[in-house]
Amino acid sequence: MKSAAILPAALICAQFAIAQVSYERLRNADQEPGSWLTYSGAYHGQRFSKLDQISTGNVADIRPVWVYQVEGSGEIETTPLVADGVMYVTELEARVTALDVRTGRPLWTYQHAMPEGVLNIGFGRTNRGGALLDETFYFGTLDAHLVALDAKSGALRWKTKVAENKLGYSITAAPLAIDGKIIVGISGGEAGIRGFLDAYDAETGERAWRSHTIPGPGEPGNDTWGGDSWKTGAGATWLTGSYDPELDLLYWGTGNPGPDWNGDSRPGDNLYTCSLLAIEAPTGKLRWHFQFTPHDVHDWDSNQIPVLIDMPLAGQQRKVVAFANRNAFYYLLDRETGEFLLGTEYSTQTWARGIGKTGRPILLPDKEPTVDGNLVYPSLQGATNWMSPSYSPVTKLLYVPVREMGSYYFKGEAKYEPGKVFVGGGERRLDGDKAWGSVRALRADSGERVWDFRTPSPLWTGVMATAGGLVFGGSNEGNFYALDASTGEPLWDFQTGGIIRSNPISFLVDGKQYVATSGGRAYYVFALP
Amino acid sequence: MTAPLLLIVSLLSCGAWRGIAQDDPVARLSDDDLGHGERIYKAQCALCHGIDGAGGTGPSLQRPVLPRARDNMALYEVIRDGVKGRMPGSWLSESETWQVAGYVRSLGQVGAGDIPGDSSEGQRIYEAKGCADCHIISGEGGSLGPDLTTIGDRRGPLYLRESLIEPGATLPDGLLLIAAVTEEGEEIRGLRINEDVFSIQLRDAANRFHSLRKTTLRELRREFGKTLMPSYQESLPPQELDDLIAYLASLRRNR
Repeated sequence: MKSAAILPAALICAQFAIAQVSYERLRNADQEPGSWLTYSGAYHGQRFSKLDQISTGNVADIRPVWVYQVEGSGEIETTPLVADGVMYVTELEARVTALDVRTGRPLWTYQHAMPEGVLNIGFGRTNRGGALLDETFYFGTLDAHLVALDAKSGALRWKTKVAENKLGYSITAAPLAIDGKIIVGISGGEAGIRGFLDAYDAETGERAWRSHTIPGPGEPGNDTWGGDSWKTGAGATWLTGSYDPELDLLYWGTGNPGPDWNGDSRPGDNLYTCSLLAIEAPTGKLRWHFQFTPHDVHDWDSNQIPVLIDMPLAGQQRKVVAFANRNAFYYLLDRETGEFLLGTEYSTQTWARGIGKTGRPILLPDKEPTVDGNLVYPSLQGATNWMSPSYSPVTKLLYVPVREMGSYYFKGEAKYEPGKVFVGGGERRLDGDKAWGSVRALRADSGERVWDFRTPSPLWTGVMATAGGLVFGGSNEGNFYALDASTGEPLWDFQTGGIIRSNPISFLVDGKQYVATSGGRAYYVFALP
Repeated sequence: MTAPLLLIVSLLSCGAWRGIAQDDPVARLSDDDLGHGERIYKAQCALCHGIDGAGGTGPSLQRPVLPRARDNMALYEVIRDGVKGRMPGSWLSESETWQVAGYVRSLGQVGAGDIPGDSSEGQRIYEAKGCADCHIISGEGGSLGPDLTTIGDRRGPLYLRESLIEPGATLPDGLLLIAAVTEEGEEIRGLRINEDVFSIQLRDAANRFHSLRKTTLRELRREFGKTLMPSYQESLPPQELDDLIAYLASLRRNR
């Protein structure tokens, strides 16, 4: 079925339910804009659709084609995948459903047997999606298993225990499928876990490698922790990373050190928390790291999407990774070497004077959490969070979902007990009308703000730019909308009736462009009449 | 430490209210524990429940029985997990949570204090002054202002007094006065009922509902700290103000 990759999209759709998503297709996902094959649309993490049928000139005419309502409670955070006429969604509480992409009608459903008393310490009972490779669909579960399903039938192929949920390990991120391997990140940064990134053999489910995010004794970086604090140092890998197949490097963000808001027991920089790791895909070996927030005490996880862009900088063409961090700074790094190229504020922050020449933040005094509360911007949830940014190679702008909000940070006691909350403090948000959100367009090469589209509250929605000159986004208030990618002017909107907490995607059905989003507990799919 | 707390602590030392089951963690709290609980309360809880527990955007805790936390274990769980859609959970450690629970219980022992007014006289004033034009009690009245059916459960007398004297200073969360100017130049002033990215819904002083598309407005002004409710400082003599407060404080779930 290797020929499937070169079949016209319409023909593939006509014989749906034949899923053969080879590594070659994943690697060349950019050349196949009619599908949405990985969490971020392609390995580079740009979340850009090359489809241009829906454009600034006609987007005002798009309308709903179908709506699919999921089972269970909670809000959807999944990015669906679309291949060969089928949409794959993970639903709440470890369900996977394959939908006929023409009609939204289910083709099969798989329900993972979730044991009683599953722990989800520090985050909601959510799941953000799956991965396709060849004829298999992969997803992770709250009880920290990786599950492989026959993409045609939903039949279970294998199931592997990734980690011990009783210790607070969990999986919410969509796995990333590369050549023969499934890369899996874990959650649990509020439970004093020791973070890692894993690779599993796609055929058998056997673990190929494990790369710890917290170095053990004798390893470089272990001396950035006091005493045994590295053992509960967290550094979760709870959001899907990006991949450069040419360099064969994975780019994966790491989360907060544990305990979150009381750093007394962990003097030092706490490597490799709040960092970006470049990991060799064949071996799991760390090639380079860059720590955004050394010795973090505000829970500013660096679990955001690394966006891989090739761009000219100071007259030189460079392979760059762009990173809009939760700590309110925008970074550019050389993705071959990890060299720091740029660090500039993109959202309100009150904790650092700026970023120094080496990429290290220049701290302002007295910004740590206190027993009585200390107001710092951004809030615990950051200037942005897990929701995806988008880069348009047309406008050369990076679109970032922004959260303009501060928090009173509290310091409390922290005693580690296995499988219990291990945080040492908390926050009180400055919310309501004191906070707001925006889709912010930054020049990718400088971080300079080009436009800002304001929303009534800090966003939990990702964005997607398209070759039609549009940026699709959402809001907590249920709006799904299209903006002019050059100006930020709103051109179309639709009220979905529920909070949008996911990332939009686009694909073709019978040669016609569709755009999809979640809204509350439903998926909505839009197209021109 | 505030004066009421000194009183509580001395009561505690005498075991006046602590003579409950031996395995109750609240019963085992030391004075230091309660002091720490008070400090955490003032930092993390007082914004909504009031610095003295008399209520604010959250309910008054100056009550011997809290409906969502009838026993100490239930109180512990409410502090830990919050109340869905109303109150966030906390990240406190187990011992910190018990310390706050102990302090909250001590607030319940303080009681709301004597309210000098006459509540039946207050009811008469409530009706005579037209309060019901804008507020609902037990399903009767206008819906411009907050529903007062159980206001006595949610707000202490100090808060009630302030909201009558200086209504703009005690606005409930999310209550916002909006002035919207249409393309034709018409100004619509009203309370925000709801808002999303593209639309806003208002209720004006005549209780009329307006649905406005933001892109069609010439101006959208947010009048923070303002309200359509007048101050009653000048228009009500002190005794009548006391009576009205006594009436509002009597509006409870199980009255």
